[in-house]
Amino acid sequence: MTTTSVKPQERSKAAPAASAAGSKVYRPYSNWFFLPSAIIYSVLFLVPTFASLYFSLTRWSLFDSKFVGLDNFKLFFQEPALVKGFTNTLIYAVVTSGSKVVLGLLLAVLLTSQIVARGYLRSVVFFPVLVSTIGVGLTFTVLMNPERGLINGALSVVGISGPGWLTDPKWALLSVAAVDVWKGVGLATLIYIAGIVSIPREYIEAARVDGASSWETFRRVVLPLSRPATVTVIILSLIGGLRSFDLIWAMTQGGPGFTSDVIASVIYKQYQAGFYGLSTAGNVVLFITVTAIVLPLSWFLNRKEVDM
Amino acid sequence: MSTAELVNHRPARKWALSAVAILVSIVVFVIPFAFIVLTAVKDRQQSADLNFAWPHQFRIVQNFVEVVKARDYMLVIAFINSTVLTVASVAGMVILAAMAGFVLQRRKSRWNGLINFLVLSGLIIPPAVVPTIWVLQKLGLFKTLPGLILIEIAFGLSFCVLLFRAFVATIPRELDEAAVIDGAGPFGLFFRVIFPLLRSVIVTVVVVQSVAVFNDFTNPLYFLPGDQNATVQLTLYNFNSQFSTQYNLLFMNILLITIPPLIMFLFFNRQIVAGMTSGAIKG
Repeated sequence: MTTTSVKPQERSKAAPAASAAGSKVYRPYSNWFFLPSAIIYSVLFLVPTFASLYFSLTRWSLFDSKFVGLDNFKLFFQEPALVKGFTNTLIYAVVTSGSKVVLGLLLAVLLTSQIVARGYLRSVVFFPVLVSTIGVGLTFTVLMNPERGLINGALSVVGISGPGWLTDPKWALLSVAAVDVWKGVGLATLIYIAGIVSIPREYIEAARVDGASSWETFRRVVLPLSRPATVTVIILSLIGGLRSFDLIWAMTQGGPGFTSDVIASVIYKQYQAGFYGLSTAGNVVLFITVTAIVLPLSWFLNRKEVDM
Repeated sequence: MSTAELVNHRPARKWALSAVAILVSIVVFVIPFAFIVLTAVKDRQQSADLNFAWPHQFRIVQNFVEVVKARDYMLVIAFINSTVLTVASVAGMVILAAMAGFVLQRRKSRWNGLINFLVLSGLIIPPAVVPTIWVLQKLGLFKTLPGLILIEIAFGLSFCVLLFRAFVATIPRELDEAAVIDGAGPFGLFFRVIFPLLRSVIVTVVVVQSVAVFNDFTNPLYFLPGDQNATVQLTLYNFNSQFSTQYNLLFMNILLITIPPLIMFLFFNRQIVAGMTSGAIKG
């Protein structure tokens, strides 16, 4: 009896005191903890991002700038070389992103099944993700050499004479995109594996019991339930594809001519040539392109997910 | 393992499928790496054939010495630069992002919406190159290693904050309260109590970000030009023009800079997988 009567009293006294101490007298969560991150992030990321909006409207030499209105943007969408860079960026992003979704899903299904040497296969698919992009780019430049390269050598054994993968304007962009998929499909696979493993086993067993074939189980159970993974793969690879620079620069430098230029390589070329205003305009175009594609898409995909 | 078993259970089909998968994986993924290794140990003349033939003579040591000595030991300097860059920027990211992620998760305020928005912007928006150079120049940090370290921290913070915020949510608040009752201040609470508990996510962040920073090519290209402070990725790119007729040395260089990620992969496979999928699922 005594214990029960004492306890509530203690609690009622202690609780307001503690909450008062927590909220007014003493806060263990200090906003100062944001300060170092906030300074570095603002000075080196936010300030340049906002400054780019102004400097893209100028002719700029880093020391002085002259306001020229929308001239840089007009140039960007009139000069054929620069327009090509813009369309190539879209093609590159869609091709790599689409291939990574399809191949990543197929590989993940394969690598979650009862297959021999599963650990080896997972490792070997994933490892290129960690390798230097420049190293991969230079290696494949050699492998894709039109006369002496290994790829065309292998094709000629079968009787096909392969094209000049990186020297033929029709193929250059797609060849680089293929290497991008080779390097990046491991990450997509990994995300899909995480998604598939988290599907409760009972669902798949239930589908089996109901007489579903492997294909139907895949189509009706695995595909819809790995939707969050699909959304992640699409968004990540679109962001990566639109911003892609390293691989293209290592393999073709935008060539032959400007047939495999993307916005990011145009930015670098204009920067090298000293057209800082134009280069920054390219940055703004890239910024707008990425947000205009990724934000609505992620909103749309995530909304659909909630509806289900 | 409760994994989905979509592929049929019949053993004959299983073996056939496995054999095909292994064969394709060798052609598509193993041969390019084998090609790197083989070319790296060939002599100059044979490496120029660019084929997959067995080396006439193994020149591992000679090629290694030659590539290290090239251009006044530039590769050694580059490895030192890359190590300093990676260690410093990853250490900075971990501490700053852990602090920010901790307070962001614990303290609900009207600023949280804005902060979350900024974190996501950092993941999506491509950095504006020339304006960043302009800012660095005003600060006197352009073409310096500290400048590049700060850049890597700024661009990597978003990803790290997301991981830390998610992990802090799993640490019970009672722990904070107990520490505060025992007299811990904000810094004591964080560095003595919370930070040690973050160990597993710290390992993940360190592994994923050090591979990313070590492999970064674009930021050193823009913000740290110049031969004397090149990073390993830049040497590779510069060597390409210099060694265009010496494929054995070029591939020895590729092989050398593939070793650090390979070591990471062998020892921290699990953490890398955890970091890449958890960070991704949130995205």
